[in-house]
Amino acid sequence: MGVNKDSNGFTFGFAIAMVVVVGVVLAITAMGLKPFQQENVQQEKMQNILAAINVNVSRNEAKTQFYDFIVERVALNYQGEVIEEKDGDIITLDDGQEAFESDPFNVDVKKEYRGLPAEDRSYPMYICEKDDERFYVIPLVGKGLWGPIWGFVSLYGDGETIYGANFDHKSETPGLGAEISLPSFEEKFEERSIFDKSGEFASVRVVKAGKAGDDPHKVDGITGGTITSVGVDEMLKRTLQIYIPYFENNKKS
Amino acid sequence: MAETVDQDIEKKESEPLLSKKNRKLLTDPLDDDNPITVQVLGICSALAITVQVQQAVIMALSVVFVMIGGNLLVSLMRNVIPNRIRIIVQLVIVAALVILVDQILKAFVYDISKALSVFVGLIISNCIIMGRLEAFALGNKPWPSFLDAIGNAAGYGWILIAVAVVRELFGSGSFSLPGLGQVTLIPEAFYNFGYMNNNMMILPPMALVTVGVIIWIQRARNTKLVEEN
Repeated sequence: MGVNKDSNGFTFGFAIAMVVVVGVVLAITAMGLKPFQQENVQQEKMQNILAAINVNVSRNEAKTQFYDFIVERVALNYQGEVIEEKDGDIITLDDGQEAFESDPFNVDVKKEYRGLPAEDRSYPMYICEKDDERFYVIPLVGKGLWGPIWGFVSLYGDGETIYGANFDHKSETPGLGAEISLPSFEEKFEERSIFDKSGEFASVRVVKAGKAGDDPHKVDGITGGTITSVGVDEMLKRTLQIYIPYFENNKKS
Repeated sequence: MAETVDQDIEKKESEPLLSKKNRKLLTDPLDDDNPITVQVLGICSALAITVQVQQAVIMALSVVFVMIGGNLLVSLMRNVIPNRIRIIVQLVIVAALVILVDQILKAFVYDISKALSVFVGLIISNCIIMGRLEAFALGNKPWPSFLDAIGNAAGYGWILIAVAVVRELFGSGSFSLPGLGQVTLIPEAFYNFGYMNNNMMILPPMALVTVGVIIWIQRARNTKLVEEN
C-alpha cells in the first residue's frame, strides 16, 4: 500500500474514522433498543411494587397484575398534600411535562433524589387493594456503600404498620450489602410499627445484627454490610416522615 | 495449469485448523500459561467477583465473548491500526463491544443484564483482554487469535469459578448457578453443632489467599513452572 501507516495524517484519519464509526454504531443500537429497555424497566418497577404488597409475579405478568391490585396512583408534595391523582392506564410522559403531572407512576424518585432539594421533589404513592384491604406502597431511595439503593415499602391502611418491603441496589457487595434484596432481609420488616408507644414517628431502625430481638421498631442489619444497612435505615426514616401528614389528614376526614 | 499449481502451494501453506500449534494456543492458557496463576493478570476481577459461583460464571462467559470479539476485530485490523495509537484503538474496540453487549442484554434478557451490571466496567479494564490484544491479536491471523481468545478466556474463567466455589462453600455454605439460584450445601445439623460460615471468606483478602493456594497446588504438580532461583 502507498499509505504511510506511521504518518500523522493516517493516524489522525484513523482515529477520527474509528470514533465516528463506533459512535454511530453505539448511537443506533441505543436508540433502536430504547423502547425495549424502557418496557423492561417499567415492568420491573411494577413487579417491585407488587412484591412490596407480597404479590410475587414474574416480570412478564407484572403489567396485568399491576392493574388488578393498584387502584390509584397519587403524588404528594413535601408537606404531604396530594398534588396529583390518577387511576386506570398509565399515561406516558410527554416532553416538557412535569413527571408527576402526567402520571405519578412516571416520577423517577432516583432522579429527583439526585437532582432536586427535598422540598421540590414529588412523592408518589400507590394505593392498592388486596383481599378487600387497603395498602399504601411508598417508593424509597437512598445511598448504599457503592451506589444507590432503593425499594418499596407497603403500609397497612392505618399508615402505622409495615405490611411488606422490597429492596434493591445497584452495586452493593455480593454476600454482604447485596443481601438487602433477599427475602430473608425484607421479611424482617413485616408487621413492624413506624410509631413508638407515645405515638411519635420513630421509623423502623436497622440495627446491628442480633440486636433487634422482638423490638417492634427494630430489625437486624446485615453482618459485614453495615453501611448498606445504615443506608436502608436512613432512607426509611427520611422518606416515611414525608407521608405521615397524609395519613393523619386521612384519619381526620 | 498455472492455477492448479497455485492451489497446491496454497494448500501446503495452510495448516489444519487444529494443528498442534493451534491446539497449544487453546490448552496452554489453561495450565502452563494461565493468565491468572502464571501471568498473574486479571487478579483485580478475580478478587472482586468470586463471592458467588453464579457471578463468576456470568463474568467468565462475558469475558469469553468480549475476548473473542476483541481478538478477532484487532486481528482483522492488525495491518491498518497505526502503531502509535494502537492501545487507544484496542481500548475503544473493547469498550464498544462491552457497551453493545450490555445494551442488547438490557433489551432482551433484562435479568442477566442486571446480574452483569457491576461487572461491565470490570470487563473493559480487564488486563487479560488488553494483554492478549496487544501481545497476540496484533501480530497473528484471525483464526489463531480466535483460539487464543477462547484459551485465555477459559483459563481465566476456570480459575474464577474454582475460587468462587471455595469461597461460596466456606463463606456462605452454599452453591449457586445462574438460573438455578442458591442451594445450601452445609446441612443445618452442622450449624447446630456450632459450625459457622467463615465471613472472612466473603471478603477480598481470602480470594487472594485462595488464588495463592491454587498457584501452590499447580506448581507442586507442574514443576516446570517453578523458577530456578
